[in-house]
Amino acid sequence: MLHAYAQAFALVFDPYVLTVILCSALFGLFVGCIPGLTATMATALLVPITFFMPPVPAVAAIVTATAMAIFSGDIPGALLRIPGTPASAAYTDEAYAMTKKGQAEVALGAGLVFSAIGGLFGTAVMMTSAPALAEIALKFSDYEYFWMVVLGLAGAVFIGNASVLKASMSLLLGLLVACIGLDNPAGYPRFDLGITELKGGVSLIPMMVGMFAVSEILRFVVHMDPPLKLATEKIGNVFKGMWGLLVKYPWPLVRGSALGTVIGIQPGSGADMAAWMSYAMAKKFSKEPEKFGTGHVEGIVEAGAANNSALAGAWIPALVFGIPGDSITAIAIGVLYLKGLNPGPTLFINNPQNIYAIFLVFVLANIIMLPLGWLTIKAAKNVLRLPRNILMPAILLFCIVGSFAINNTVFGVLLTLVFGLLAFVLEENGFPVAPAILGVVLGQMMEENFIKSMIKSDGDVTAFVTRPIAGFLAVSTFIILFWPIGAWLWRRYFSRRNMPVAE
Amino acid sequence: MKFNDAVLGAIFLALSIAVLVTIQGFPKIPGQSVGPSAFPGLIAVLLAGCSIALIWRGWRERASQPLVAIGAWLSSPPHVRNFLVVVGGLVFYVLAADTLGFLPCGAIILCALFLTLRVRPLLAVALALIVPVVIHLIFYKLLRVPLPWGVLPVMW
Repeated sequence: MLHAYAQAFALVFDPYVLTVILCSALFGLFVGCIPGLTATMATALLVPITFFMPPVPAVAAIVTATAMAIFSGDIPGALLRIPGTPASAAYTDEAYAMTKKGQAEVALGAGLVFSAIGGLFGTAVMMTSAPALAEIALKFSDYEYFWMVVLGLAGAVFIGNASVLKASMSLLLGLLVACIGLDNPAGYPRFDLGITELKGGVSLIPMMVGMFAVSEILRFVVHMDPPLKLATEKIGNVFKGMWGLLVKYPWPLVRGSALGTVIGIQPGSGADMAAWMSYAMAKKFSKEPEKFGTGHVEGIVEAGAANNSALAGAWIPALVFGIPGDSITAIAIGVLYLKGLNPGPTLFINNPQNIYAIFLVFVLANIIMLPLGWLTIKAAKNVLRLPRNILMPAILLFCIVGSFAINNTVFGVLLTLVFGLLAFVLEENGFPVAPAILGVVLGQMMEENFIKSMIKSDGDVTAFVTRPIAGFLAVSTFIILFWPIGAWLWRRYFSRRNMPVAE
Repeated sequence: MKFNDAVLGAIFLALSIAVLVTIQGFPKIPGQSVGPSAFPGLIAVLLAGCSIALIWRGWRERASQPLVAIGAWLSSPPHVRNFLVVVGGLVFYVLAADTLGFLPCGAIILCALFLTLRVRPLLAVALALIVPVVIHLIFYKLLRVPLPWGVLPVMW
């Protein structure tokens, strides 16, 4: 293991990789800071470039850019009352209220320092638990993998604030998209509509660029909000008083980091969910809950740590099982496959140095977040003044090139357009997009394990639950699946009995 | 543009029926109970079930939710134009990139989009000429993506 870590050090502390990390850090900070450009979009835009890199820098670019973007989303939240990324939305009002009180530097400083600590916490959990989980995962057969995928997908549907029905449909749509092409156990070309390019399946990168970047551009050009206005011009020393906050709020910090990591691990719920839940938790456990919403830093400490730790947490199932924890890791898994680093327990045995390199990148990214984040806050005034009507068209051109670059055909651009429009219409109608992307990424794996299991058991469905781990996973899946229905029936029964308190 | 859930459900139902019809033509694998049609068939059946539930939900709410609600931006001509320019730009690229080349196409798309988003005309034209060159240099020189030259001679 020490040997592998030494190798990992050599992989990461290479001038080329360090340059990639620095550039993607600045890119992530910039993208996160601009409202309307999300961390997921940053990943989608990076993927076409990482396509041309060796595996370690490719993954390093994604890890660094997303960690930075999640922090940097706090900046416009505090200064404009618009979250830069959805992960900052939970405490945007709080941060803005602090800015109004003249405490912009405390709000931003807390965001920065506690983001870094939360990120490091999540990374520590990942470094200790992922190899151990991989040991267990080695014992898995097709049945267990089938249930793991189903469990992951069930999580994606049920944990989130969108309608469960619509989330399920979005997921099923993604699974159907994954069926397109020759890549199925039978090797039979399905649903290719007679288009040669579709025989190989829908290319993941053009699809993601469409769903996460083009759809955002469409949303920008039709949005009718008034122009942005900075709440303050003056930001003091952001590190001042941070030690005091650390001493005053150790529990919110630990609680936020721990909850964030757990939510990150749970497939389908990412940094934004973690921030919402820990903000609510901070308020519940606070000694001064009445101060929440009036510009009180406690919630920012807890939720700021949570969203960054969620990011690291999401990588645990992604690396160990190949099951993404959120839409960012869904994209990252696509990249790992493209690079021949197929995620799964064998990766920990055959290429441990690559896994450890990813861990080191996480540590490094969360450390350099402090100086680079400080610089970004200094430059925030100017970054936020960048006209978005110039930025967005340039990004569109970038999307075109990115989707072309994978197979060098304009068909990629067409896919980007189709999926951009699809994501735009779906979101306008309340269908979340993240389950669809999970469906596309996991569809092939799910089908393979389903078919293999069916063939092995000769069509006998009970084989899916008779192995002990498979049985346990099946029960967990059914609990998640039927929990909302059970809860709904319970509430209904309860409200019938107590008519007066019913809504 | 917001549709009533019943309309959306009907669209999804049509899709799942189309899938179910298509897989009837898929070959069976001799000696095995599951073939290429098993998995998409399972998904389509589930999707059809969800669609019917969505149609039912939309039908119940038909009084409060019209079949199609035109969103705020759809009744504002400038925003509709913005939308069409983005979509049109991508379509234009797909159709014209191989003959015209990346640089002219990029410049035309950017110029159109800048102008419709009300960037000052002089700045718009200047940027529309510079930005494609920068992107081209990054992808063509650095990453060696064979972006089409089209009508222009190979310059670098």
